Amino acid sequence: MSSGPIRAELEAPLLFTSVDDVSARLAATGYLASPAVATTVFLADRLGKPLLVEGPAGVGKTELAKAVAEVADARLVRLQCYEGVDESRALYEWNHAKQLLRISAGRDETWDETRTDIFSEEFLLTRPLLTAIRGDDPKVLLIDETDKADVEVEGLLLEVLSDFQVTVPELGTITATRRPFVVLTSNASRELSEALRRRCLFLHIGFPEEELERRIVRLKVPGLDEALAGSVVRVVGAMRAMDLRKVPSVAETIDWARTLLALGADTLGETVVRDTLGVLLKHQDDVLKAAAKLDVDAV
Amino acid sequence: MTAPGVAERLTSLVGALRAHGMRIGTGETVDAAQAVAALGLADRELLREGLAATLLHGTVQRQVFDPVFDLYFPRGVGGPETEPADREDLRERLSAALAAGDVVMMGQLAAEAVDGFGGYGTSPGSEGWSSHQTLDRLRPQTLLARVRENVRARNGSSGFADRLLDDEIRRRIETFRRQVAVEARRRIAEQRDRDELARRAVATTPDRVDFLYAGKLQLAELRRTVQPLARKLATRLAARRRRASRGSIDLRRTLRGSLSTGGVPMKPVLRRRRPMRPELVLLCDVSGSVSGFSDFTMLLVQALHDQFSKVRVFAFVNRLDEVTRLLDHGAADPEGLGARIRAEATLTGWHGSSDYGVALGEFAERYGDAVGPRTTVFVLGDARTNMSDPNLTSVRQVAERARRVYWLNPEPHAQWGTGDSAAPEYAELVEMHECRNARQLGALVARLLPV
Ligand SMILES: Nc1ncnc2c1ncn2[C@@H]1O[C@H](COP(=O)(O)OP(=O)(O)O)[C@@H](O)[C@H]1O
Ligand SMILES: [Mg+2]
Repeated sequence: MSSGPIRAELEAPLLFTSVDDVSARLAATGYLASPAVATTVFLADRLGKPLLVEGPAGVGKTELAKAVAEVADARLVRLQCYEGVDESRALYEWNHAKQLLRISAGRDETWDETRTDIFSEEFLLTRPLLTAIRGDDPKVLLIDETDKADVEVEGLLLEVLSDFQVTVPELGTITATRRPFVVLTSNASRELSEALRRRCLFLHIGFPEEELERRIVRLKVPGLDEALAGSVVRVVGAMRAMDLRKVPSVAETIDWARTLLALGADTLGETVVRDTLGVLLKHQDDVLKAAAKLDVDAV
Repeated sequence: MTAPGVAERLTSLVGALRAHGMRIGTGETVDAAQAVAALGLADRELLREGLAATLLHGTVQRQVFDPVFDLYFPRGVGGPETEPADREDLRERLSAALAAGDVVMMGQLAAEAVDGFGGYGTSPGSEGWSSHQTLDRLRPQTLLARVRENVRARNGSSGFADRLLDDEIRRRIETFRRQVAVEARRRIAEQRDRDELARRAVATTPDRVDFLYAGKLQLAELRRTVQPLARKLATRLAARRRRASRGSIDLRRTLRGSLSTGGVPMKPVLRRRRPMRPELVLLCDVSGSVSGFSDFTMLLVQALHDQFSKVRVFAFVNRLDEVTRLLDHGAADPEGLGARIRAEATLTGWHGSSDYGVALGEFAERYGDAVGPRTTVFVLGDARTNMSDPNLTSVRQVAERARRVYWLNPEPHAQWGTGDSAAPEYAELVEMHECRNARQLGALVARLLPV
């Protein structure tokens, strides 16, 4: 595998030497990557591009960013998106209260002097996007659940992710001296704009293959009997093929495995499955449907 | 940087993807070339993931990308270097691979199967390769019992999860069938023009299949997208509902609240969402070629029913009948919905072709009270009246009573008004939209459904 002359100067040193290196080091932190995940993370590092991870809830999107941060020995800077998140929450904000105090403390000085002072570093509240591009320490910027933010925020993201610089009118332009490794996640509740997608490498994480999910369960719930872990994954797999309102994700598989372990179950049986279906399925009509398909009497 | 010919193949691959409607810019193509350089060519599956990561922008594109990738970066050249397969022997080895769930072995057997049974022409394969013929001769679906025995002999009974076994085996057989299709296409590509094949022989994503021309299999595939699409739309509708309620100030309540502060409105009171959810009425032409469209839309609306306080659905050909109840039960058996409606509802009088005028008149007359100021009405159909009176008066009547009326027409806009289409006349009275595929329908529903 050759490493091409791919990245520009301001970038951080490469994190990974090969796709296998990605898999091995993520695994060491407790994240088991599929070949697609490992390949895309490797390329995001090589090409110095943000990684857009799309997929249903609970398949390990957020966890992936955390694992990369751990492997890179980097600080995780997280922008959690929500409806109504705006520049002052995402980028920076002036600390008005502190500015007022400073003004009313009224030293012996001209207004010009005061103004220069109150629009200085000391009064700046740095938010995740700005935090991520300042300083020389390695960082992973996680922009989590991007689809929850309003469309206008995408313009802001696009700006920051294109040049890795931010202009604060009162302070000037701040440019990254070291590019963070960027992960955006989305649950696709809204279609992200084409422009933002084009900035990113695209990774879809779906439900894992049976074998991978078995390994995840064994890793996260170590006390669980191996054969039981196999059955757990098979039952969850069958539910995903059913026509349900919300099919169980990896997070639910792990929860179910933990529950079974706590109950001391060593095999799956009708009773224990019936009593614990609620851990896997959140809607009562899904519980009834799955129970019927699995041939267990629902309560 | 890369092996000779790779750049060219990459360019052709991008060309084929563009021909399927994907917007891929130069930037992405450069990224893809860098991905090839960084990953090398040794591991085909890593290369596949790398190209997908750099070229694609969304999940649905993947089902077009994979078969196209298989054509430009094939698994190998020519047939397997094994003795020509004996049918019984191949079936035996296939059962073992299916029992073990060994996907790699299944892939090798798919290659042997196509080589042995898929070729046609004066000498096998001289004219082409057929996955259909391969599967027809091998009949993998008849291996179910044998594979089941095989698994039991191997692992004994695994208790509870055993009851899942048959379905699991069926899914593996399905995987094998897809492997055979991929292999047959690879062999064909060696004989024919690869670019041509990548454009024509790779199916477009189901959400772009034209409702009016969808075949039986495509309709079945479409039906499988109803639930995921409904889930996506439900979140979008919820977001719109929240947005609609956000920030709008209730003046009356703000002023009332200000009485305690001497009339100075200190606390703005935000308007609460209308406590009643909107009502929906669907009028569906279920005749002939339009039925694929209306069946799909009815299923989608049924899947979204908890977004509304009330949903009523009417079907018509030249008579109109309420089918709301049939649809309620339809959730359990979506394939049967169309047949059930046609069997149980009274949709035709003394001839079988559609008559919008009579049907809409019957609606206005018999079910007029289904429509009130909270109701949004959707009419689904191509507005082809078979030369009879379009009955604009009835449509006007319904439009006056309803909150909104939308008409979704599965015909391309250019055909509205040609032949017996009364689309332009109806479009003067109600808002008409072209709705040719699931993609358009999803976008329209997300935008037009009342919240
Ligand atoms: N590949 C994986 N390796 C290890 N743990 C995983 C993996 N995929 C999912 N998980 C676990 O599943 C749970 C949900 O993951 P999370 O990242 O919160 O999902 P998402 O962000 O996609 O909704 C976490 O507890 C995580 O540890
Ligand atoms: Mg998350």
